[in-house]
Amino acid sequence: MLTLLGVAVMVAGFLIRINPLLVIAAAALVSGLAAGLHPDAILAAFGKAFRDSRYVSLAFLVLPVIGILERYGLQERARQLIARFRAATPGRLLLAYLFMRQAFATIGLTAIGGHAQMVRPLVAPMAEAALGENADEASRARIRAFAASADNVGAFFGEDIFVAVSSILLIKAFLEQTGVIVQPFALSLWAIPTALLAFIIHGTRLLLLDRRRSAPTKRE
Amino acid sequence: MLTLEHAYVFAGLVFAAYAVLSARDGENVRRYWNAVFWALVAAMFLLGSRLSDTTNGMIALALLLVGGFGLLGRGHGATTDRAERVTSATRRGNALFVPALIVPATAVIGTLLAKQVNWAGHPILDPKQATVISLAIGVILAWAAAVTWLRPPPLAPLEEGRRLMDTVGWAAILPQMLAALGAVFALAGVGRAVGSLAIHTIPLTEPLAVVAVYCVGMALFTIVMGNAFAAFPVMTAAIGLPLIVHKFGGNPAIMSAIGMLSGFCGTLVTPMAANFNIVPAALLDLDRNAVIRAQMPTAFLLLLANTLLMYFLVFRFGTHSP
Repeated sequence: MLTLLGVAVMVAGFLIRINPLLVIAAAALVSGLAAGLHPDAILAAFGKAFRDSRYVSLAFLVLPVIGILERYGLQERARQLIARFRAATPGRLLLAYLFMRQAFATIGLTAIGGHAQMVRPLVAPMAEAALGENADEASRARIRAFAASADNVGAFFGEDIFVAVSSILLIKAFLEQTGVIVQPFALSLWAIPTALLAFIIHGTRLLLLDRRRSAPTKRE
Repeated sequence: MLTLEHAYVFAGLVFAAYAVLSARDGENVRRYWNAVFWALVAAMFLLGSRLSDTTNGMIALALLLVGGFGLLGRGHGATTDRAERVTSATRRGNALFVPALIVPATAVIGTLLAKQVNWAGHPILDPKQATVISLAIGVILAWAAAVTWLRPPPLAPLEEGRRLMDTVGWAAILPQMLAALGAVFALAGVGRAVGSLAIHTIPLTEPLAVVAVYCVGMALFTIVMGNAFAAFPVMTAAIGLPLIVHKFGGNPAIMSAIGMLSGFCGTLVTPMAANFNIVPAALLDLDRNAVIRAQMPTAFLLLLANTLLMYFLVFRFGTHSP
């Protein structure tokens, strides 16, 4: 039970807004020591998992490509493109992106999308451009945050419909250890109701962005 | 065969270049700290497989301290201004999108073809890691295409990459640090402790209460651990299988599918899921919690919906034979 002190450190650290890296170091130390582990063992376990999860950081490799294209006007081009479509609003645009992201994820194509390669250079500038020239920075920031949210919601609640995704394989493997056999197909089938609800709930909230915006600011 | 190790060498060289360029950046007063930080990341990529767990732990610790005490500055590398970008965008048009789309296109094609394409009986790409390796290949192709077409100064891609990397700053290593913390938590038995706490403190006699505790527990546990994959075995062993499946005869496939997705609702609102919530906030120049705030109502409504869905479906399609 004492190991839960590590969780308490995490919660307290986030609540008083200390730099998360320091909170992580403290939480690892506290829960490890509370479980009776030697500091060397904690450091080794931490180092091994840190090294083994390197593949997560490979996503940053795309930044030189995005950066060089931004240098030659990628974001500006995305804005110019949207400014031509009068019917484009931030809500409709992000709804379309949510649909695309979720649809690709259901067939296993989660590589299409992502914050570094799609949201920052393309989706966010397009959605901001659809706000119009006069929008204030607070509205722009809100639209950018929702652009990231569309990417997350689409990916999370689409990928579980794809049979070979890691979460489904994890479920199947874990249940098998305990003697319960489930078919991956059944798991993806029962992910569909939640996927539909996620699209409806988040899609509605995206469309409501347009209403909230047009009420007080009155664009055109 | 191309493996993850090749992708790591490529990434290590790119980060080593960031370290050198940071050290030469006279406009950044903290340039040497930036150089140290990116050099440590480069070392992790280039040498990580050969170093002992403890040495990797020391690299991680050094990164935690340099990043955690706010020693990083922001690099300035020479770039273009807004007016130049608008002119270039107008002149070059939609062709600018093409190199950007090479990366996801390569990742998709590589993933689909990895199992089929062989060279002398061996696969060209390690099929287990095909997506990540293809992503690295896509970056090289797009890099080559952009440089050939746009003819920027030779160091420009690395300078621009470093500029963006510096905007992400210490948050760049947060996802890996959280994965490492998760491993220490697992070793220390945090999961079992949370599971037994839940099962001993909450009365679980009504099917609806059990389903609610399982779904909300998945979300809360995911918020703490940053990852639904860590929450699933604990909650399912503690509550899902003994109560929902064995005691009340629920369907294990429905329980697991909706249970995992309840965990994903937790992922939407936790700073622990840094690569989904904190890194994009940095990339989009937003307040650290802005993305979480945008997702919070969706996560809450969807968790409620999941709980009800599970309650109405899991027993209806259940099997009463345990």
